[in-house]
Amino acid sequence: MNKKKRPKHLALHQIQLPLPAFVSILHRISGAVLFLALPLLLLLFDQSLRSIETYTNLAENLAHPLLKIGVLGLIWAFLHHFCAGLRHLAIDLHLLPTLAAARSTSKLVLGLSLALTAAFGVKIW
Amino acid sequence: MVNRIVTGAHYGLRDWLAQRVTAVVMALFTLSVGVYLLLQPAFGYDSWTELFSGNVMRSLSLLFLLSLFYHAWVGVRDIVMDYVKPHGVRLSIHVLVILALVLYTIWSVQILWGL
Repeated sequence: MNKKKRPKHLALHQIQLPLPAFVSILHRISGAVLFLALPLLLLLFDQSLRSIETYTNLAENLAHPLLKIGVLGLIWAFLHHFCAGLRHLAIDLHLLPTLAAARSTSKLVLGLSLALTAAFGVKIW
Repeated sequence: MVNRIVTGAHYGLRDWLAQRVTAVVMALFTLSVGVYLLLQPAFGYDSWTELFSGNVMRSLSLLFLLSLFYHAWVGVRDIVMDYVKPHGVRLSIHVLVILALVLYTIWSVQILWGL
């Protein structure tokens, strides 16, 4: 059987990820980041509860600007994963049947998680 | 011929549903704890340990963490199935992830009950 060779014209510079796809890949990336951060997060939880000394020590260490940026990154990963996940549940319940709804809620997820991250940033600075 | 591989998703509804059930458990827990912490007038070591001092809260926290670990397993397995094709490598990563998550579970119990 002869398979017809078809030419491919993938103009990569013209192909844009649609907004819902962008939210989706960020959901995956933020999930992977959160998984990789699990041992660190459990360590922080452990240190925060163990004793007043480890708690104070932890609070002092986390006051470092670089670590604050790292924590803020994890907060964004959590918030984005959380909001995108809720959107996913809404899709499963057939609450977002139209393309327009899919697009507008994608914007909402991106905006809300960034805004909440900024609010946390203001609080810890 | 049925083409099933040991590092596949087991082709069922179970994990799809588990991913959503664990998500709802985690969402309810984080929202409740988040609102509770926001309503605290002053936050410090005492109020933080006080929150985790009762067996009910410890059990709910463990339920949250178990949901998290199962959720993480399904998510990581999906990512690995998408990007890692050689079965040997895939199986090795799967085993390492499962072992890590089981260790995290033991560690969580130790943290929450202060062993």
